[in-house]
Amino acid sequence: MTGSGPAPDREARDAGRPPGEPVIRLTSAAFTYRGPPPVAALKPTSLVIYSGEHVAITGPSGSGKSTLLNLLGLLDKPTQGSIEIDGIDVGAAPERERAAVRAHRIGFVFQSFHLLPYRTSIENVMLAQVYADGPRRRRYAAAMSALAQVGLDHRAHAMPTALSGGERQRVAIARALVNRPSLLMCDEPTGNLDSATTLELIGLLETLHREGTTLLVITHNPVVAGRAQRQIAIRDGELTEFSQDTMLPPTGAPAPPAGSGVPTPPPPPPEGRPPAGRARGDEDTHGFPDG
Amino acid sequence: MGFPMGRRGPGAVPPSRLRFRDLGNEALAGLLQRPGRSALTLLGVMLGIGSFVAIVGIAQTASGQIGKQFNVLQATQAYVFDVGAAQSSHPAVDFPPNADALAERIHGVVAAGVYWPVLFKQAAVSGFAGGFLASQHAIPVTAASPGLLAAAGVKLRTGTLFSQFHETRAQNVAVIGSSAAASLGVTSLQGQPAIFIDGQPFTVIGIVASSQRLPQLDVGVTVPASTALRLWGAPTQVQAQMLIHTRIGAAKIVAEQAPVAIRPDNPALLKGAAAPSVAQLQRGVSTSLNSLFLTLAGIALIVGAVGIANTTLVAVLERAGEIGLRRALGARPRHIGVQFLTESTALGLFGGLIGASLGVLTILGVTLYRHWTALLDPRIVVAAPLAGATVGLLAGLYPALRASLMEPADALRR
Repeated sequence: MTGSGPAPDREARDAGRPPGEPVIRLTSAAFTYRGPPPVAALKPTSLVIYSGEHVAITGPSGSGKSTLLNLLGLLDKPTQGSIEIDGIDVGAAPERERAAVRAHRIGFVFQSFHLLPYRTSIENVMLAQVYADGPRRRRYAAAMSALAQVGLDHRAHAMPTALSGGERQRVAIARALVNRPSLLMCDEPTGNLDSATTLELIGLLETLHREGTTLLVITHNPVVAGRAQRQIAIRDGELTEFSQDTMLPPTGAPAPPAGSGVPTPPPPPPEGRPPAGRARGDEDTHGFPDG
Repeated sequence: MGFPMGRRGPGAVPPSRLRFRDLGNEALAGLLQRPGRSALTLLGVMLGIGSFVAIVGIAQTASGQIGKQFNVLQATQAYVFDVGAAQSSHPAVDFPPNADALAERIHGVVAAGVYWPVLFKQAAVSGFAGGFLASQHAIPVTAASPGLLAAAGVKLRTGTLFSQFHETRAQNVAVIGSSAAASLGVTSLQGQPAIFIDGQPFTVIGIVASSQRLPQLDVGVTVPASTALRLWGAPTQVQAQMLIHTRIGAAKIVAEQAPVAIRPDNPALLKGAAAPSVAQLQRGVSTSLNSLFLTLAGIALIVGAVGIANTTLVAVLERAGEIGLRRALGARPRHIGVQFLTESTALGLFGGLIGASLGVLTILGVTLYRHWTALLDPRIVVAAPLAGATVGLLAGLYPALRASLMEPADALRR
């Protein structure tokens, strides 16, 4: 966490910690839709995402992408294996605890934005604060600050209908960021955007990443996926990683290039190609033993 | 741009929450999203509660109106019973001859008089000295002190009432009711017509037009008490009693004081009583018709409840995406459920409030039109909106359950 990202107080708090701790750790997690007939949407998978990483998950429709997203976002429980977020085992936790983790540790960005149509930008951002712990009187300032972070503080009081698609998605990103989550999870964030707006949004995501945001992007778009440090393809419920291992030593500690513009994108592997570096074995290679 | 990620260790995550104020804001915002639909949904509960309040209020007002008329009589009427004579083996009248004057000295008394029915073994009143016509009906005879005629509120068609003059001389004079006058063939007082009671001639000096408190004076023959005593003695089977006309509200106190004022030597012989209560009469008023209207109001309320349930269910299905979003933002199932429950309860509460107001206005309109005094138990005005809220709460249970059981992943896809 270097560069322009952390505020001083946060920096001080984080100073004593080793960078790049695991944010999400899947251990042999699998999800099977109870039939009949049962469908193994996600085969047993192990995956670790470290703090500060920018990870893209790609895959065709029906590949298990949504299932993986729902597991990682705690919207579904794995039918076997475990899932930890910030070291908390949430796979088998009661809904009360999972909701608490969603409120405070995960920020969601959806393809269809999911903005409430009758509320202004800032009211939409503040909706995320309703369920989170924290004083009411600081909400407005925090929401405004999140809007500023996505460059939309000047449209704080506009209705979503008065915003362009790109602006709406930026409001949604501000909403996802306002509770300072450990992970920003984007499900097809550019799926409803044209190509120019998509590029703008990629730029915003990369800026957020440079500032320290841990990003998990699920996308069809090879351009979006290509900007990630790690790329994971999913097909028939199995994960395959294309990664630039040099950027991510197994012990973590990724140091995203700070303030130096767009990081060098890894070669974008088109979907469905044979994996370049399929990692088999233990999770300490932060790969995916599909045991 | 300092908005870093909260990179946190495995410390305890504070539970997600929904403050009461936030709940209220979210529920209200949910209702105001579709103001037209919310307003239409209110309508059912509004009609049900409104008609309920109006029916209960009008029934209360109407029975209060009846009670009011009875209360005028009740508040101005008292009796003194001759309990001494009832317990004695000898026939007696325990009221002294000047009982009227003694009673009228009590503060609050307008007029007072003693009376008793004079009973004969056979029909005794006749228009002829010689006997009876076959068709002649038995005409009741009442012995009364002069004060009684005033206390009973007797109005004459013609002639005069007997007075203390006739009473002290025990004269054979009679005041007859208009129907008795017809059957006795007395049409005019010119020529001093006579009637015969038990063979004794009586001069008719007045014909009664109406008697407010003692209707029997209107149909029978009334003679001075002293004359009755002289001719037929004290009453045997039925005792004498005193009727007192008091000022409003004085009846109860006058009834307590009268025995002492009339028989200071032995008040125990007499027993005072205010007019019998008419509370039962009032209770009997709101009966079958009201229950019919209340049933209709109940049906309207049920229709209103179904309307709320339907609207809330539609809203739940329509807002599946919002529900999924809220779950993703950390809402627990109960947060979702309680939000929809609050929305439906608020619909019921607002419906009840508006309905209760309209009901009260209806009551006011009816009472103004009828020149009545509006009467409504204030508890009903408070209870009506609460009843509306309860209807909304019950109607929202199922939709709220559906909302809270929605799978967030499914809900987000819609």
